[in-house]
Amino acid sequence: MDLSKIKKISTYEWEMPKTGEMKVPGKIYASKELVQEMDEKVYEQVSNVASLPGIQKASIAMADAHWGYGFPIGGVAAFDPEENGVISVGGVGFDVNCGVRNLKTNLTVEEIKPKLNELADVLFRTIPAGLGVGGEIKLSPRMVDELLLGGAEWAVEQGYGEKEDLEYTEENGKMPDADPENVSDVAKKREHGQAGTLGSGNHYLEIQRVDEIFDNKTAKAFGIEKNAIIISIHCGSRGLGHQVGTDYLRVLTAASRKYGIKIRERELVCAPIKSEEGQRYYTAVCAAVNCAFANRQVLTHLTRQGFQSVLPKAEIKVLYEVGHNTCKKEKHEIDGQMKELYVHRKGSTRAFGPGCVGLPSAYRQVGQPVLVGGTMGTCSYILAGTKEGMNRAFGSAAHGAGRTMSRIKAKKLWWGSNLVKDLAQKGIIIKGHSMGGLAEEAPGAYKDVTSVVKAMAGAGVAKKVAMVRPMVCIKG
Amino acid sequence: MNATYKLFEHEADVGIRGYGASVEEAFENGAKAMFSVMVDLEKVEAKRGVEVRCEAEDLEGLFVEWLNQLLAKKDIEEMTYSKFKVTIQGRDNSHNLKGLALGEELNPSKHGAKTEVKAATYHMLKVTQEGDLFIAQCVVDV
Repeated sequence: MDLSKIKKISTYEWEMPKTGEMKVPGKIYASKELVQEMDEKVYEQVSNVASLPGIQKASIAMADAHWGYGFPIGGVAAFDPEENGVISVGGVGFDVNCGVRNLKTNLTVEEIKPKLNELADVLFRTIPAGLGVGGEIKLSPRMVDELLLGGAEWAVEQGYGEKEDLEYTEENGKMPDADPENVSDVAKKREHGQAGTLGSGNHYLEIQRVDEIFDNKTAKAFGIEKNAIIISIHCGSRGLGHQVGTDYLRVLTAASRKYGIKIRERELVCAPIKSEEGQRYYTAVCAAVNCAFANRQVLTHLTRQGFQSVLPKAEIKVLYEVGHNTCKKEKHEIDGQMKELYVHRKGSTRAFGPGCVGLPSAYRQVGQPVLVGGTMGTCSYILAGTKEGMNRAFGSAAHGAGRTMSRIKAKKLWWGSNLVKDLAQKGIIIKGHSMGGLAEEAPGAYKDVTSVVKAMAGAGVAKKVAMVRPMVCIKG
Repeated sequence: MNATYKLFEHEADVGIRGYGASVEEAFENGAKAMFSVMVDLEKVEAKRGVEVRCEAEDLEGLFVEWLNQLLAKKDIEEMTYSKFKVTIQGRDNSHNLKGLALGEELNPSKHGAKTEVKAATYHMLKVTQEGDLFIAQCVVDV
């Protein structure tokens, strides 16, 4: 991105001054280097979002931003329904509530090492992953409706996991505003065999070891320490979520015209939050969010079973779960007044700070865990939300490393089988259902997650708690 | 011009492009391009067919609809496809597509399963004619 168009506020905060039809300025939380690496399309998309009706404070891009469909990936924007604020398909994306759930264990690196190969084999066999691989649950249309209403709570009721898991999931694993009536039959049919499946692309299940602790007090509250084993599950709402995105692109295109909202990009279509179309979309998104909650809950159960078959004394608890592609109703302070806003996070995680309503009591003093996924060969981070972040970014932070290279180019540069060998030498076991898919996900095709995390901490929107390194990675 | 379809680069996802002597053929080859992201097309036998119907105001919108309907079908029928037949009718603000996709039940190991496509998008979407050649393309979200 051309730095001459933006204003430096501090080392990790940049402002895009209002121009043209922008109602609020743009804000980028990143280092100078990361901003320079961003393509111009990020600038265009941040300013397009800033031009939408009812937007509050700023149109925000995080350090891992790259261009997306309507919103940039790494984009955050909040809208006030009382000021004709809108809800947009581009602000949620096609993989609704794609996100990360981290599990903590009572195991240490030493305990797990002798069993690592066996564990990798068991998980590779028992976690349904990859194109077209269905789960063990086959859902009737009525059961899909129940899943869409109940989210992770539904999964626990069906015997997948523990009640306690729900407390450590955003929104307790259930969006109460979900309305399955507003999800199409096609979307529901796609979910028939897909509950409890990982999918493919950048989705994964990793066994990780805690390599470094940056903040002892917060790590203690999260229940993690150096050399502890954790598990990270990255997946979304599968075909159902994709179909909700596709269906409502059509509905909101018509709504944009009906309500006279200028369409700046075909995926940036929207509807006023208070309109019938806006509410239909919001309640359908809530249902798809629940679908992803249920998915990760079932996968948690399968992971527990897999671990306990190899290490019977393994105890596995949910550390936390965060969604990356969401629109949620939240209360935020605007000009000294608390307002209920619709916060879009497209490729960005919620990062609520200390004291926020909705956090589990164990984390309320320190802020919520913010799970930032890296690559299968490098590292990932556990951060915590901050008070400043509530004010600066509606309690949000970056979600991952962000790609720097196309999948086609990555496939030309790396062979999946060579990557598996190279990473094995570094002590990382990779199990992939597709060698081509592995090459596309090569660590070198991503930005350096450490510099993204440094920028988040520098901007004050999250603080560093721990760095984790992969030991086993199961890829779809 | 030998290639009937190709993939093109995009930062996070993949671009798909179909060529043809008609718009219909470009749509058919565009579908091949999209399924080539997911499977090895030559390993998918045309054993069973599913019908697809869709409509849109313009040809570009129709191309995205066609691809997204195929993605829904492959999930619901648990199939994958390698051969396509399309007829398009319409003009001005209304275009109708009747399509047939042929393939078989997905078998990840037999078909060399690769990366799943989540959705066809409007990004870099184009249905154009260059000389005698029709081109239909867009970026798909993976």
